[in-house]
Amino acid sequence: MGDVQEQATEERTANAAARSASSASSASRPQLGIQVGHQAVASPGGPPKMYRRRTGRAVAGVAGGLADHLGVKVLWVRATFAVLAAFGGVGLLAYGLLWAFVPQQSRDEPPTVESAKERQQAYGLLALGIGLTVAGGAITGMLSGWVGLPVAVALVGAAVVWREADESQRRRWRDGARSGVAGAVLGGGGWSAAVRVLSGVALVMTGIGVVVLRGSSFHQVQLALISVLATLVGVAVLTIPFWLRLVRDLGDERRARIRTEERAEIAAHLHDSVLQTLALIQKQSESPREVARLARGQERQLRTWLYGPSGYGAPKQPDGEGHGTPGTLSEAIAGICGQVEDAFAISVEQVVVGEAELDESLTALVHAARESIVNAAKHAGVEEVSVYAEVEPTSVTVFVRDRGKGFDPDAVPEDRHGLSDSIRGRMERNGGSCRLRTAPGEGTEIQLAMPRKAMAKTAQGAT
Amino acid sequence: MTEDKRTRGPVTVFLVDDHALFRAGARTELESITDEVRVVGEAGSVAEAVAGIARTRPQVVLLDVHMPDGGGAEVLRRVRPEQPDVVFLALSVSDAAEDVIAVIRAGARGYVTKTISSRELVRAVVRVADGDAVFSPRLAGFVLDAFADRPGAEPISDPDLDLLTPRERDVLRLLARGYAYKEIASELFISVKTVETHVSSVLRKTQLSNRYELSRWASDRRLV
Repeated sequence: MGDVQEQATEERTANAAARSASSASSASRPQLGIQVGHQAVASPGGPPKMYRRRTGRAVAGVAGGLADHLGVKVLWVRATFAVLAAFGGVGLLAYGLLWAFVPQQSRDEPPTVESAKERQQAYGLLALGIGLTVAGGAITGMLSGWVGLPVAVALVGAAVVWREADESQRRRWRDGARSGVAGAVLGGGGWSAAVRVLSGVALVMTGIGVVVLRGSSFHQVQLALISVLATLVGVAVLTIPFWLRLVRDLGDERRARIRTEERAEIAAHLHDSVLQTLALIQKQSESPREVARLARGQERQLRTWLYGPSGYGAPKQPDGEGHGTPGTLSEAIAGICGQVEDAFAISVEQVVVGEAELDESLTALVHAARESIVNAAKHAGVEEVSVYAEVEPTSVTVFVRDRGKGFDPDAVPEDRHGLSDSIRGRMERNGGSCRLRTAPGEGTEIQLAMPRKAMAKTAQGAT
Repeated sequence: MTEDKRTRGPVTVFLVDDHALFRAGARTELESITDEVRVVGEAGSVAEAVAGIARTRPQVVLLDVHMPDGGGAEVLRRVRPEQPDVVFLALSVSDAAEDVIAVIRAGARGYVTKTISSRELVRAVVRVADGDAVFSPRLAGFVLDAFADRPGAEPISDPDLDLLTPRERDVLRLLARGYAYKEIASELFISVKTVETHVSSVLRKTQLSNRYELSRWASDRRLV
């Protein structure tokens, strides 16, 4: 084998010319057999590797690959195969062997462009090749006339299945082996792939069936079928451990890769967020307020990332409602609470029950709630504010409460606009209402209620 | 609230957390603040916890939710059949709905997050030791959300068991709004003891509920 490889390496250029010349004129069977063996065996080792074309191919890319390898026009290679097909199907045999043994190009290779004319010629030559095989077979008497057709049919069927297998392997590479055993057969190509495989199988069966039926009596056929079936079952049973191991290895490999990716993602995220914040905290260690602010902001971010609706821990939902969009009430409220936490270095505990899509009036509600939280942060003199929002079928209520100083509502000077304009005014303009419960020393609670406009959204929000 | 009525000695507490540093911190905090609580043991894994709880027979187990081999729910499952009178208080850095609902359904008497102040933690420990439930506002929100009758929800299979009474719902709402038990009592014109009864029955319903609503809700909503 080593000799053959070396030989192939050294003689490549000389061979190429000689081969094209010889095969074009008159190629005898043994000579071609050697050549085929050459290519197939030499391809995995030596530098001048031969690959089947991945793009710009008519059947399996064999002729294209050979043409690339030899540096001749693909048309000539195809024509050679077609002509050789006349001699007892040698062309077809050679093609099939090359198809089986020569690996396909990796997908990083630049695609081969093929003109429509070349493609048309390819199909023409393909038909010619099959025709010549049949004709050649009929003339030489190697295949009597009635056998030729079914054999051709069976060959076409085999070609269809092989080609599909090629395709499915390509899909598997592309999808990163995400499919199981069924995927290995159908390659995730869906119905069309299944139809192609099945029709290929049907063609092969028909071809073989016709040959067998014509050649023998029905009884013998039955016997033959049974023995073939028994053999197949035996092979299947014997190879079960092998298949299981294959499936398990695939699964293991897949899991390992997913774990590695996850670890990398978490590491990247921790680097971006937590480590940066810790570095900042070290620099700011004299200012407890600033440290608390940084830590709180970081905790919130990390929490959202880990457990949040669109975060890392959430199941991937490409079409999920509210996924990744700031369009829902809970996300909007989490957003404003975070802003106030950052701006005023207090902690805002928020609880949201139910969910609703944001619309104009709910946006107003969120703005009013924000103003209320800001008021509490500024005036109550506390470290913590509670926000509770509940979505009910007919209305949305938000409570903002603190256990701070409280105040006497009647004693608020007329020129203070925060409560009257930003909160009460905003709520009332949008059809909502605002109630205030406070007394000096007892903390403050602002209750904001907004009726819901679209009842139809309730069901959607509920799921 | 209730600690005045207690006549026995300090509440014995067992710490379960896979971070030794956190255990050490919690132990120091719990024992330095007050003599109402005494830490009798600690464990860093599920197996250690099961063995340690059987050995020390504490009144309260402070239980971490996330641990390498099964987590707090696993400890609950293995200890509760043999020692039904040990009370569990979940203490976790996570406030994801799934975690909260899982340990509550496994039989924890309360759930607090690690951001809780030490004094509040002591109060919570004493309260669960007395048979009350401890609900953080967030936990109350989860339960409300899980039990809410909303259009499109599954039909209720067993109304006696599954539905929260309007009163319980009121109590939960106020809890979710950040009210203390005492404040809820004065708000609803009932006694603190009644508030505690309501909260306990909510907890019981949560544990006994055969509605798959809770877990389904938790996975559907992924609410924090």
